[in-house]
Amino acid sequence: MVDVFRAIADPTRRALLDELTERDGQTLFELCSRLAMKHGLAPSRQAISQHLDVLEGAGLVTTRREGRYKFHHLDTSPLREIVERWPVPDPPRRNRR
Amino acid sequence: MRINLTSVLVDDQAKALRFYTDVLGFEKKTEVPLGEHAWLTVVSPDDPDGTELVLEPDAHPAAGPFKRALVEDGIPFTSFAVDDVDAEYNRLVALGVTFTQPPTEMGDVVTAVLDDTCGNLIQLAAMRRPGS
Repeated sequence: MVDVFRAIADPTRRALLDELTERDGQTLFELCSRLAMKHGLAPSRQAISQHLDVLEGAGLVTTRREGRYKFHHLDTSPLREIVERWPVPDPPRRNRR
Repeated sequence: MRINLTSVLVDDQAKALRFYTDVLGFEKKTEVPLGEHAWLTVVSPDDPDGTELVLEPDAHPAAGPFKRALVEDGIPFTSFAVDDVDAEYNRLVALGVTFTQPPTEMGDVVTAVLDDTCGNLIQLAAMRRPGS
């Protein structure tokens, strides 16, 4: 089990989560294309695969086989640990990031 | 030197000919029987004297594991140019084609990835027009 803090500490892994937020259920190829074309990140396919393994280890990404294809899905539920540990007061309307 | 042929490795030439002509819309250019298989090529009706696509048997024992590994990771074997990826996507989905990636903007290009039913994924790509 990888802890969620280590999983999201890396900018490439955060970019992968951003892209899965935009469209859930992507092949490795689509994720690699998106990182290269939209984020200017071009690590090797193997490196991206390893990043996905870390995210999967933290429970943030799950993989699903459908026939001969393998798709990656986002699961944000492990992030709840963060706000449970350091509750965010209700009041609204603050810029994100 | 020029590139006059490119190929895809198909699991069944007759099925591949049907898919690449009836579904994708290419035209048969040559079919020369060679024993168990044939020398079989298709071309784009937009460019009948252009590059030929060889529908090549994937009989070599290494071809199967190679193709399966590419498909599992969603990696297209090759890519074809289209004018409008969304229009082709809608046309092909209506014909029952499976896509592993719907039309997606990737910087200056729009791409989609489909299954050719012969063991390959194929990318469709179009440059985005300025201002679109």
